[in-house]
Amino acid sequence: MTAPSETVAVVAAAESPKERPARRLRLGAGRYFVQRLGFYLAAAWIAITLNFLLPRLMPGDPASALIAQMQGRSALSGEQIASIYRLFGDPGEPLWSQYLTYLGQVAHLDFGLSVAFFPTPVWDVISAGLPWTIGLVGITAVLSFVIGTAGGIMAGGRAGSRVDSVATPGAMFLNALPTFWIALLFVLVFGFQLAWLPTGGAYDGDLTPGFTAEFIGSVISHAALPALTIALGWSATWYIGMRNMMITTVSEDYVLLARAKGLGKSRVMFRYAARNAILPSVAGFAINIGNVVGGQLLVEAVFAYPGVGYLLYQSVASVDYPLMQALFLMVSLSVLAANFLADSVYGLIDPRAREGRA
Amino acid sequence: MNLSLSSFKGRLPENRKVWLPENRKVRAGIAILVFFALFALAGPFLVEDVFGLSATAIHTADGMQPPSGSHLLGTTATGEDVLAQLVVGSRVSLLVGLVAAVISTTLSVLVGVAGGYLGGTADALLTAGTNIALVIPSLPLLIIVASYVKGRGGWLTVALIIGLTSWPWGARGKRAQTLSLRRRDFVTAAEMTGESRWWIITRELIPSMAPLISASFLSAVVLSMFADAGLSFIGLGNINLTSWGSMLYWAQNASALARGAWWWFIPPGACIAVIGVAAGLINFGIDEIANPRLRKPGRAVRRRAAAAALRTTEEAR
Repeated sequence: MTAPSETVAVVAAAESPKERPARRLRLGAGRYFVQRLGFYLAAAWIAITLNFLLPRLMPGDPASALIAQMQGRSALSGEQIASIYRLFGDPGEPLWSQYLTYLGQVAHLDFGLSVAFFPTPVWDVISAGLPWTIGLVGITAVLSFVIGTAGGIMAGGRAGSRVDSVATPGAMFLNALPTFWIALLFVLVFGFQLAWLPTGGAYDGDLTPGFTAEFIGSVISHAALPALTIALGWSATWYIGMRNMMITTVSEDYVLLARAKGLGKSRVMFRYAARNAILPSVAGFAINIGNVVGGQLLVEAVFAYPGVGYLLYQSVASVDYPLMQALFLMVSLSVLAANFLADSVYGLIDPRAREGRA
Repeated sequence: MNLSLSSFKGRLPENRKVWLPENRKVRAGIAILVFFALFALAGPFLVEDVFGLSATAIHTADGMQPPSGSHLLGTTATGEDVLAQLVVGSRVSLLVGLVAAVISTTLSVLVGVAGGYLGGTADALLTAGTNIALVIPSLPLLIIVASYVKGRGGWLTVALIIGLTSWPWGARGKRAQTLSLRRRDFVTAAEMTGESRWWIITRELIPSMAPLISASFLSAVVLSMFADAGLSFIGLGNINLTSWGSMLYWAQNASALARGAWWWFIPPGACIAVIGVAAGLINFGIDEIANPRLRKPGRAVRRRAAAAALRTTEEAR
C-alpha cells in the first residue's frame, strides 16, 4: 500500500546537507556491489537459518505429529521416517550438529522425499514447478512495470488531463483490491460464464509438451488469466508511484529551464523529467518483488497453475512439511537474487544510491 | 482521530483541537472505515436478534439458493444464509486486522523511531534487521508459520503471526521521518533540559509523528485483513469460525465458481475490496496533503489558469 516513491523521497529529504560530512568519498561501483552482495548473503543466511529453526521452535512436536498422521493413512516405510527426521532433525542429536547436517543438505539441494508426491524427492517436485512460476512472474513483472511506468509518465506529465482523471482513480481502485479475489472474479467471468479461457493447469492435458504451435498456443491460453490478474494489480501500483513522482519532478527548475529553452515536449518529458522520476520506481521494483511473488502464490492456487505457488498450496493441504519448507527456502532465495539484481541496476543508474542512502 | 497533517512540520500545539482533515479523499476513506466498524459492532446483533437470521443454521433443502426475499444474498451449499455470514464474519475479519495492525505498528514505531533517533551502532543494527526482514518474502513465511500452528489459538494466533511479519515497511518510513525530526528545536530543547532518551522518544518524537503513525496504522489494518483473507482462503486461517476469509475458503471448496454461485464469494470479497479502497483513499489523500503538487486543481482554478495562459500567449504575439 505504501507507494514505493514515498519512502525514498522521504529518505532523501530527511538527510539535510548539514548532517553529512562536507566531503564524502564516493563509493565506487565495485565497492557498492560488494557491499550489496554482503547484505544479500547475510539475508540468505538468515532465511536458511530461519528455515532450520522454524519447525524446531514450534510448540509441540511437528515431527511426531506428522508421523502419527501419516501412519493413520498407511504404514510408514523406514525411508519416509528418515525423510521426516531429515527435515526436523534427529531429536537425539544436539542442535548445532543438526544445523551442520542441515546446511550440508541445503548445499546439495537434498530436501528429502515429498509426502504429497511420495516417493518423489522434494527437489524434483520443485524443479518441475519452478519454470512455470519463473516464466509467469518474469513476464508479468516486466510487463506491468513497463505499462504502469509508461502510463504514470503520461498521466503525471500532464496532471489533470483526461488520461489522468480517468486512469488515476481506476488504478487506485485496482491497487486496493486483493489480487486473489480479482483472480476469482476472472475465473467466474472469463472462465465459466463466457468460457473464453481455461481456468486450470498450464496446458491442455491431451497434448504432449514440445515446440509445436498447438502446445505453445495452449501454454499461452492457460497462462493468460493468471498473468492478466497479476499484471493488472501491479501495473496499477507502478502507475501510481510513477505518476506521483512525475508530478513532483515536472515542477522542478531544471524541467522548467528545459521547457524555456524551447525543447520539444516529449524530449522534456522523457529525457529530463521521467529519467529522474523513474529512480524511486526502480528502487521500489526491487523491494516489491517479494510482494509480487507473494501475490503470485495465491493466484496460482486459484488457477491451479502448476508453479511453486500451487505446490505450496498442495503441500499445505496435505501437510507436506518437507516440500513446504523447501519451497519457502527456494522462494526466499529467488526473491533475494532478484533483489540483488535490481539493486545492482539501481546502483548503476543512480550514483547517489552508492553513497549508502538506498 | 488525529490525522491532521499540518502537524507534520512541527510539534502539535498543546491545546489545538484536531478535527478531520479537509481533504475529501481522507474523509471519504474514514467514513467507509467507520461504517464498517459500526457494521461489525452492531451488525451481528441486528441480524441475529432483530431479524432472527443465523450464520450457522444449516438448511440442507435450501442449498446454493440465489438471492431471494427470504435470503437476501442467497445461501451456501449447506444452506447457511450468506448475508448473516457476511455480517457475523465482519467481526472476526476486522478483529484480526486491528490486532495485527496494533502489533505491527507498535513494532515498527519502536524499531523505526529508536533507530532514527539513537543513530550509530543501534541504528545500524536496527536498519540492517529491518532491511533483511523487508527482503524475506512475508507471505510464504506467513504460510509456513500458520501451517505449523494450524488450528491452535484461533484468530488471535493468526493476528499475532501477521503482526509479527508485517512491521518492516512501517519501520522504514518511521525511521526516515524520525531522521528529519531529531534535529528540530523541540528535541534539542528536551535534550538541553536533560530528559532521557526514552522520554524524548516516547513523549516528544512519537506524539509529533502521530499523523504518520495513525495513517500507517490504517494501512496496516487493511493489509492484515488482506493477509488474513488470503491465509483463510488457502485453508490456514480459522476456517471453522465465520469470517470473510473462511467464507471464501468454503465457497472455493464447494466449487461455487464452477456452479455459478457468485452470491457466495462476491460479497465477502467485495467487502474486503471496499475497505481496501477506503485505505487507498486515505493514503492518496495523505499524499496530497503532504505534497500539494499532487492535488488536482479544482475546475475553477484550471479555467483561470487556462485563461491566464491564453492571455500570455496573446500578449506575446
